[in-house]
Amino acid sequence: MTIEAGYGVPTVAMHTDKFDKVVRSVAEVNGMPDLAQVFVPQPIMGRSAAQLRAYVDGKDPISGRPVMQEVIEGLTHPRAREAGAEYDRSTPRLVEADTEEDLKALFLERNWTDNLPIVLPTEERVAAMLAGTRRQAHEVVGRMRSTHFREYWEYTVEKVAVNAVMAGARPEYFPVILALAATGVTARGSSSSAVACMAVVNGPIRREIGMNAGTGAMGPYSHANATIGRAYGLLSQNGQGGSVPGLSYMGNQGNSYAYNSVTFAENEERSPWEPFHVQHGLGVTASAVSVFSGVRSTAFTLGLREKHWREHVGHLLRGMDPHGPPALLLDPIAARQFVDRGGFAKKDALIDWLYETARMRASEYWDYQLIQNYIYPRATFGEEPWASKLKAAPDEEIPMFRREDIHVIVVGGETNGYWRIMGCNYGKTESVDAWR
Amino acid sequence: MASKITVLDPTGYPPKIAAKALAPRLDTLNGRTVYLVDCRFDDSDIFLAQMQAWFAEHMPSVKTVLKRISSVYLVDDPKTWEEIKARGHAAILGVGH
Repeated sequence: MTIEAGYGVPTVAMHTDKFDKVVRSVAEVNGMPDLAQVFVPQPIMGRSAAQLRAYVDGKDPISGRPVMQEVIEGLTHPRAREAGAEYDRSTPRLVEADTEEDLKALFLERNWTDNLPIVLPTEERVAAMLAGTRRQAHEVVGRMRSTHFREYWEYTVEKVAVNAVMAGARPEYFPVILALAATGVTARGSSSSAVACMAVVNGPIRREIGMNAGTGAMGPYSHANATIGRAYGLLSQNGQGGSVPGLSYMGNQGNSYAYNSVTFAENEERSPWEPFHVQHGLGVTASAVSVFSGVRSTAFTLGLREKHWREHVGHLLRGMDPHGPPALLLDPIAARQFVDRGGFAKKDALIDWLYETARMRASEYWDYQLIQNYIYPRATFGEEPWASKLKAAPDEEIPMFRREDIHVIVVGGETNGYWRIMGCNYGKTESVDAWR
Repeated sequence: MASKITVLDPTGYPPKIAAKALAPRLDTLNGRTVYLVDCRFDDSDIFLAQMQAWFAEHMPSVKTVLKRISSVYLVDDPKTWEEIKARGHAAILGVGH
């Protein structure tokens, strides 16, 4: 779209057929509904040159016309149109009055829910939620979008409250939900890799609202954990203007973490290290929520064995996709074992060790598809540390991750020393106190 | 009969859409230079090489240039766009998945 509209070069965009609705929708919201777009079958990845030549020689699976005929016509047939016209889009404050049953059906039909029962956001319920913050209903909290190429949608305190009510949250949770909304990190990203988010709450707010940092913290065993995370998801999909499979959501397998965005409190009281939000510049008495995106992969084990714990952890790390850096979620028992076995009195020392341990042969690293898609181009562009990694000999062991992308959080109830690694990307830490 | 209730709309506020003009199309591709722009995702380069071969076989008067974007598709690439504008007449970008 940039080269067509910004540089005046007639262009045809090629896509795979699964993305038909998405790319047409993206072109439309970018003011270019007539953009020439031609489709070939999915997938491109892993196809041989001969198979891909057959795509070129074949037909566009959407239009049924020869691919190259569509390409040539896209560059030569007139499609010029006037620029400058603006189309306003509005969102009503209220939904037309109806019965409770019909409204619930309408919310489902419009894809405003996560397909679980919701609490209907009546004016009274929304007003009660708004009482959970001193912020004004009309204040803009933030903006989100489901993908890089879509437009940002904006939402106010009231819109966040509406989604919080739908999720079943209580007014005292509202500052945490507002802080999540203020991050601007969507919990309904549209990556075909089927991403979810993770939200970690720190500080006094955890105890004030009854969040769970212990036994079952990441499961359905805390009203606050469950509904705050659900509200974050609903706010994301509705605040950004949708998360509909085939249109604005393309996660291939979906991700059950998305039901409540893995929302939990850090077990600060039982952790041997400083809390996560303190590492990110906030005071111990401050309350904050930290979000991670790209949550997909998980590895787990029990404790650290005396003889081979280093190798075991190394294997777990190498089992992760190198494009999804590790966040260690340690039960306090496992955290203390890292201190006892490894001498990691500070969390930073553990992260240093993880960085040094997570290595693989350069040739293997560069051959990962996601590294080819997202890291290799940046390496060839000269971005560090990847440009230096690219100079490594094929058999040289190189770090899988950047040190700053590795994180450690303590959570769990010490029923045993199980721990896991979540492959994900740290996004942002937002003050909860600012939204009280 | 069940009574009716009023509820609030949960969706955010979209921005205005500003219509953008498309570039004027070419009268013909004969004798023109078409850039095949590899967005560096999955095996797009292999696909575009096949398209380049198609042009060589079926429309040899069209000059094609296979060009990789400088970095990932998420990053704007004005240097490449300037090159295409200066040296080319049209572009084919791919492959969006």
